[in-house]
Amino acid sequence: MLTRNRFLAGTAALVALSMIGPAGAQAPIKIGELNSYKVFPAFLEPYKKGWELAVEEVNAAGGVLGRKIEIVSRDDNGNPGDAVRVAEELLSREGVAFLIGTFPSNVGLAVADFAKQRKVLFIAAEPLSDKIVWDSGNAYTFRLRTSTYMQTAMLISDAAKLNKKRWAIVYPNYEYGQSATAAFKKLLSARQPGVEFVTEQATPLGKIDAGAVAQALADAKPDAIFSSLFGADLAKFVREGQQRGLFKGVEVFNLLAGEPEYLDPLKEEAPEGWYVTGYPWSEIKTPEHTKFLNAYQAKYKDYPRLGSVVGYATIMSAVEAIRKAGSLDQDKLIAAMRGLTHMTPFGMIEYRAIDHQSTMGAYVGRIGVKDGKGYMKDWRFVDGKDALPSDAEVLKMRPKN
Amino acid sequence: MSGAVLQVEGLHKAFGGVQAVADVSFAVSAGEMLALVGPNGAGKSTCFNMLNGQLAPDHGIVRLDGRDIVGLRPSAIWRLGVGRTFQITATFASLSVRENVQMALYSHAGRLRSLLSRFGTAYRAEADGLLQQVGMLDQADRTCGVLAYGDLKRVELAMALANQPRLLLMDEPTAGMAPRERVALMELAAGLARKRAIAVLFTEHDMDVVFSQADRIIVLDRGQLIAGGTPEEVRANPAVRAVYLGGTH
Amino acid sequence: MTFASILIQLLNGLAAAASLFLVSAGLSLIFGVTRIVNFAHGSLYMLGLYGAYTLIQALGRTPLGFWSAVLLAALLVGLAGVLIEVLILRRIYRAPELFQLLATFAVVLVIKDIALFVWGAEDLVGPRAPGLGMAVEILGKRIPAYDLLLIAIGPVVLAALWLLLTRTRWGALVRAATQDREMVGALGVDQAKLFTSVFFVGSVLAGLGGALQIPREPANLELDLSVIADAFVVTVVGGLGSIGGAFLAAIIIGVAKAFCIGIGTVTWFGTEIVFSKLTLVVEFLIMALVLVVRPYGLLGRPQAAQRIATDPAPPLTAPSWKIAAIWLVLLVAVPLAADRYVTILLTDIFCFALFAVSLHFIMGPAGMVSFGHAAYFGLGAYAAGLLFKRAGLPMEAALVLAPLCAGAFAVVYGWFCVRLSGVYLAMLTLAFAQISWSIVFQWDSFTGGSNGVFGVWPSAWLADKTTYYYLALACCGAGIALLWRVLFSPFGFVLRAGRDSPLRAEAIGIDLRGFQWAAFVLVGALAGLAGAVYAFSKGSISPSAISIAQSTDGLIMVLLGGVETLTGPIAGAAIFTWLRDEVARRTEFWRAVMGLVILAIVLLFPQGLVGGLKALAARWRERPA
Ligand SMILES: Nc1ncnc2c1ncn2[C@@H]1O[C@H](COP(=O)(O)OP(=O)(O)OP(=O)(O)O)[C@@H](O)[C@H]1O
Ligand SMILES: [Mg+2]
Repeated sequence: MLTRNRFLAGTAALVALSMIGPAGAQAPIKIGELNSYKVFPAFLEPYKKGWELAVEEVNAAGGVLGRKIEIVSRDDNGNPGDAVRVAEELLSREGVAFLIGTFPSNVGLAVADFAKQRKVLFIAAEPLSDKIVWDSGNAYTFRLRTSTYMQTAMLISDAAKLNKKRWAIVYPNYEYGQSATAAFKKLLSARQPGVEFVTEQATPLGKIDAGAVAQALADAKPDAIFSSLFGADLAKFVREGQQRGLFKGVEVFNLLAGEPEYLDPLKEEAPEGWYVTGYPWSEIKTPEHTKFLNAYQAKYKDYPRLGSVVGYATIMSAVEAIRKAGSLDQDKLIAAMRGLTHMTPFGMIEYRAIDHQSTMGAYVGRIGVKDGKGYMKDWRFVDGKDALPSDAEVLKMRPKN
Repeated sequence: MSGAVLQVEGLHKAFGGVQAVADVSFAVSAGEMLALVGPNGAGKSTCFNMLNGQLAPDHGIVRLDGRDIVGLRPSAIWRLGVGRTFQITATFASLSVRENVQMALYSHAGRLRSLLSRFGTAYRAEADGLLQQVGMLDQADRTCGVLAYGDLKRVELAMALANQPRLLLMDEPTAGMAPRERVALMELAAGLARKRAIAVLFTEHDMDVVFSQADRIIVLDRGQLIAGGTPEEVRANPAVRAVYLGGTH
Repeated sequence: MTFASILIQLLNGLAAAASLFLVSAGLSLIFGVTRIVNFAHGSLYMLGLYGAYTLIQALGRTPLGFWSAVLLAALLVGLAGVLIEVLILRRIYRAPELFQLLATFAVVLVIKDIALFVWGAEDLVGPRAPGLGMAVEILGKRIPAYDLLLIAIGPVVLAALWLLLTRTRWGALVRAATQDREMVGALGVDQAKLFTSVFFVGSVLAGLGGALQIPREPANLELDLSVIADAFVVTVVGGLGSIGGAFLAAIIIGVAKAFCIGIGTVTWFGTEIVFSKLTLVVEFLIMALVLVVRPYGLLGRPQAAQRIATDPAPPLTAPSWKIAAIWLVLLVAVPLAADRYVTILLTDIFCFALFAVSLHFIMGPAGMVSFGHAAYFGLGAYAAGLLFKRAGLPMEAALVLAPLCAGAFAVVYGWFCVRLSGVYLAMLTLAFAQISWSIVFQWDSFTGGSNGVFGVWPSAWLADKTTYYYLALACCGAGIALLWRVLFSPFGFVLRAGRDSPLRAEAIGIDLRGFQWAAFVLVGALAGLAGAVYAFSKGSISPSAISIAQSTDGLIMVLLGGVETLTGPIAGAAIFTWLRDEVARRTEFWRAVMGLVILAIVLLFPQGLVGGLKALAARWRERPA
């Protein structure tokens, strides 16, 4: 019987906890944020710092619609099922106005579909998946970050310019790597007819057998390599490739590798000359970035990573959408998001009405090594709107609704 | 010996280099108590295991009512009417004594496949009857996991009897019991054997039990049959005395 | 592939095998002697890498600094292992089988957060080994000198272990305990000391395996779980407790992976086969193959006694339908009283409760532990999603058919699994789960690949969360009631009987395998139902529903509640789900907090929560009035 009583007590506690309802009227505007903090801490810790900074700034400036904003943040454990539950909790218990966040594609897509079902705005901050705005796009979901396709497209002109004939490809074996590879092959073939893809290596995420992969790539005698590896996989690949002379006389293109999150751990072994997308934070001198950089460094005594910019800009988007909508009504928020333009540390961005993708750009350049550290040299900023397919193509991919 | 229930011819079994059973032949007829004796490691249990299908003989024939049963699984051999007890008891430790016997009764009736009916409602009286016979009725509701060793042997016997066996194989059925109980239990087995015409093959280290209960005795030593006959003949056999009775054992 | 590349890939495989062998040898030793399925072994490996990284920085990047750092890190990890054994595991050796797994799982959570706290989130790329940073040229191809050293270290450690095991008294004890633990107890050996020493040696091997990887692999927080799965596979493929087997298996798996990569993409009879994609599952394919052919691994021997130091399972008490009815009434009333989120959380709990009860059915009463139960949960969820989205069936039909699909998979997987027993069986279930996972994960055009399937929403009349709550309650409640009912039927008794004594079951005419196979199918179907209900409650389904993590969650729920009671798994599912939801919201280091809570439960209630509470209640009743 003790058992039962214990259970009853447990249930009662559960019920009681759940009854603590949302706070009173002129309370801050609550925005629900969810992310896989514990699964991808390297990227998401800076991201969190980024949005915390933005919230502080927004509230110091008086908030929006005369109310402060409050972010209710949750960990989704990197699992779409948990993410949907957490999203429910944010909406139904916390009473948040709408949702922002997510990092892995499968979580982003699950929450996007949930947003469609619940008819609430969702600003996908980090997921790179092209599907989130195209094949699986929906009316309620908007995406901030420069997508896989866009980042790949940004590298294409450099790749085509080199006019290398034999390309080898290595990518992490899941959607991001697959779409990057598909986009790269398609775009490069279009620009450079006759290009040959001599080998392809799909490596399990986080578990690359770098020595064997480097050897297999070398065996194919490529002129150039396209890689979408990141994190620990990238570090292993770089080291093995260098030791085995894989990169000698071979041009390498690697998505994301210029982001401090992935470049900095390589230290003096950062691979010189690689073409990458990334974030040369110390060298960007635009006023909007300088302002962000100074505020960030003052608050955290640390430099920002790309995730910090994404986190910061996500809050900006949310706030600007509320301001433009003038209300928290979902239809008005959606209408406001479509075509919303606002400033970010990377300059002005626009959430395109046609596919809800923001035009946030990215930095493209080559890796150099200085003082035992990798950095991006010869970089240029590519505006996101120049890296997107034609409207006709987009319309063909995106489901009508 | 076409009337024999069990007929064994030229049974062999080796484990690696050890010839555990070598060229053993014997027969048991209905209503007969046959004792298989021999010193430790002689190969008695190995014999039993080959008879009920647990071990495959290297070669040799085992006939049950004239039918060759070598290669059949133990479960199939049970269905042909063979019940057995183990030297190291094997019962269902988390089930009650009665449920153990009921398992055997359900199995005998082929009623174990039911998914939704409640186990234990049928064959309760039958189970209690068997438990009464082996003297375990007063412990019917206890879990087998907590029983004393001798009591487990009784439960095993009740389970074997639940099959209404043609052949009963008992590997040291009285181990763990007091001397008086041993004789009583074996008398029970002998009575049943005669009344229901069951062929009984048993091993036993207690020679009093063997000589008082067995109709015939066969003697195994290092895998080989060295003697066989009535208790008197075996008692008188010098070879037996040498390897077995006369030994330090 | 040219001869040169074949040779180089072979060397790559051997180099990769070295660390794998060290970790697995440690795991095998520990399991052989203590029978503990030590999840935390991967965490020890991870600590080896982090420790080596820090120590190299402290001791300097000289050959002396590097090698002393590696050895020191291994020793420190050994001490960490001893700490885990002495502080936690020693207290629960007599708990029901596998319960220790729960404790080691909690340790994984705690160590992960400690590592995050101490070393931060960023990957730490260690230095190359001083003096060995260059490459050696072989047949015109370059291979790092350090890899060649690793290739040599494998056999050296194997030889050292072999000497230790065959030439010392300690080794003799370890071998005896691996064969038959009770015998060693009978010999009057101090078991506690033996276990602690085995933990030390095993953990040193894990730490050494990790530390030696520092020039090849950045220290990062994902290593623990990624290496533990591999180590288990190697241990099982080699044969539990067999060090030589682990060596062989590590080489086979390491080399197989290298060749999958080396072969790359080939076209056979017009179809393109991408071998490099096989690296995702090749070790599990090998394990499935080996276990089907050799049920005790390559060099393993049948365990003398599967029986561990635990007492036989206690009798099961039938559930009280009255109490169940009270619960039902309470749960029916919840949506009237509580806020919307409670119903949502409870809907999750219902799904997991059915999942856990189905797992309990097979691992408790039926005695067949499954490490891959998520296969059926996930396949049921996918079946529901795909029947709905791709076949265009109505949601109701998909919900009904999904369990049948999951059951169909269980027909195939179960047929192989019931031929094995113990940990081998458990690992084969895991292999099938991983194979299913990898197919689902890679079959983009059909399953949606790594993203999964979206838009799996219930029909309009069920769309309301409260209505769906009742549907989930009805489906999961009915599933649980069915399983409990079956447990007390003749069929259920056969399963329990077969667990208690397969020998006796066969001897009274029971064809055990057939029953066990049927049990697999039954629980597979019901886990599939849980998955289907779950899928429609989320609107989407992704490969994580079939992942090892999902399977582990199931095990944790069952063990947390108590494997020896019927209501335990439900309590475990409820508490685990609720706790995760609560704790994750309240603290950043929620994993460590979860781990500590589980550890507290483990130490306070070594029979699981419900089991422990029942024991307490019994003691209360028996106290002198
Ligand atoms: N499974 C086995 N593997 C290897 N050897 C075995 C096995 N079973 C029995 N043996 C060996 O076969 C021989 C006969 O053993 P068995 O158990 O049949 O003897 P027994 O006559 O029943 O002895 P006891 O009176 O001690 O029960 C012994 O030497 C034993 O060690
Ligand atoms: Mg014997």
